[in-house]
Amino acid sequence: MGYAFSSGYGILLLAFGVLPTLYAIFLAFTKQGAFVGFDNFAKVFGDYRFFPAVQHVAIYLVVYLVCLTLFVVLLALVVHAIKVRWISTSIRFLYYIPGALAGASSVLLWLFLLDPSVSPVAFLLKAMGLESFVQTVSVDNLPVIFTVIAFWTGAGGWIVIMYGALNNISNDVMEAARIDGAGPINTARYIQIPMLRKWISYMGIMSLAAGTQLFVEPRVLSQASKGVVPPDYSLNQLAYLFAFRQGDFNGSAAISLILLVVAVGLAAFFVFRGGLFERD
Amino acid sequence: MSATNLTETPEVTAVRDKDISPGRWLGRALAFSVTGLFLVFFALPIVWLLLAPTKTARELLLNNPFSFGAFSTLADNWNQLTGFQNGIIFTWLGNSAFYTGAALIIALVVTIPAGYALAMTDFKLRRPLLILTLIVMLIPNTALVLPIFLELSAVKLIGSPLAVILPFSFFPFGVYLTYIYFSTAVSKDLLDAARIDGAGELRVFWKIAMPLATPVIALVGFFNLTGNWNNYFLPFVTEPGRKSPVQVGLAELLSNVPLFNPTSAGSVTIDLPVLALATLISIAPVLIIFLFSQRFLVTGMTAGGTKE
Repeated sequence: MGYAFSSGYGILLLAFGVLPTLYAIFLAFTKQGAFVGFDNFAKVFGDYRFFPAVQHVAIYLVVYLVCLTLFVVLLALVVHAIKVRWISTSIRFLYYIPGALAGASSVLLWLFLLDPSVSPVAFLLKAMGLESFVQTVSVDNLPVIFTVIAFWTGAGGWIVIMYGALNNISNDVMEAARIDGAGPINTARYIQIPMLRKWISYMGIMSLAAGTQLFVEPRVLSQASKGVVPPDYSLNQLAYLFAFRQGDFNGSAAISLILLVVAVGLAAFFVFRGGLFERD
Repeated sequence: MSATNLTETPEVTAVRDKDISPGRWLGRALAFSVTGLFLVFFALPIVWLLLAPTKTARELLLNNPFSFGAFSTLADNWNQLTGFQNGIIFTWLGNSAFYTGAALIIALVVTIPAGYALAMTDFKLRRPLLILTLIVMLIPNTALVLPIFLELSAVKLIGSPLAVILPFSFFPFGVYLTYIYFSTAVSKDLLDAARIDGAGELRVFWKIAMPLATPVIALVGFFNLTGNWNNYFLPFVTEPGRKSPVQVGLAELLSNVPLFNPTSAGSVTIDLPVLALATLISIAPVLIIFLFSQRFLVTGMTAGGTKE
């Protein structure tokens, strides 16, 4: 009976999870149907745009993960400490709401915010010596800009998740800490943050996997800045160019496969070692 | 600063807000400013976005960024937006509604029974299916976009509505949520009791399990719909031109803004407030769903779902 109930999903899982992966593997190791070993990978690695793209994504990931971990944990702790219920609820909701603008719309909104001529925070941009949009989106600033955009849309969701996890810490433990005279900082350091560790690593791994996939942000900024942001800034953009500009599906599949291996590796590591899904 | 508190006697619990130590007062002030600062960071861009479409391009550049323009200007901007390529914005919105709506229905029809089967029945492939679901669920969905594109183009489905609807309906996270829900909130005994009374498997699922699953159906529907509405990469590669959903159309609109794209001058141009209006309209459905789901969004319910 289990088969009947799960068959529809099973078919979709095969069609859009397993098959595309197998097909990407097939394309990555062949050329016009003939097996070519690692030729496609060699070509991709040899491409002058490949290593800069790896470097861009890596720098972005470092900046993003550090900021995300630091601020999400801090904000979750602070919001959790607010005792007035409606204030705490409203703050969480306001932090969460930019999540509604994932995708192209958030990047578009940030185009306005990053353009000193219309930005409501133009004074901040100018204080940093940024007088024009082109200056703001210069390649050196991009890791920070993408971090700000990703943090703006995504952090609220994680803050809410961390808040939920903090609520799961039993009152007895918190009470005991308070009776022992632990202030908020010691409670956070010795009780709350260790209890959050699993969730922090979950957030880190998920964000790492998602961050390697960087596409919409550089794509839209590249379109808007007329190439100041290069069209081959990230790895996914490069894979896209291989398929759509050069008609080279094999090269595109090779890049996608590298990214997919990273994502599957991280996911599998977490499923088998992370302990968050030990229900079964 | 509160390290000193460790040496204090247990009477510290009796301390009330009135006589808190200067250290703790400083801590509170700090916490207050951090919360406030981030509140501004998260909320202000949205406030700005709500006000921008009420202004003319000139007012947007010169007036106070948080001033309100005029309703008549809003109407002008609306006319300019709907006039762009004979109201293509409605086509884009219609496409988005069609793709996400159809995907939502298929997703619910296949996801809920699958989660139910994984939680409440036993079959040989159950464990492999569960592990595969967990892994695929944790892969960012962008990772599969180009492989899916390559696959769909091999079977000549690019440009067909199915090229987004079917991938959108594939929702392992929803299966996982349903699985967790059934295995924690519904007892197998209850289902067995119905079976002893002579109900068939379909009847047990439909009459007993489904009514109990309303909360998780809402949850799965919410995540599926909002995620798909905002998805950019997949429809960007599989639905070109007039078949684009609004997220892809929005980026298209951007190419017609002279400020960001000087080469477009001369052709039909889009003013900045019009672009802001388009951005607002493109996210309006999701924003409204968010407002109505406010209560459950902030409880950390998804966290509770995986609580061990």
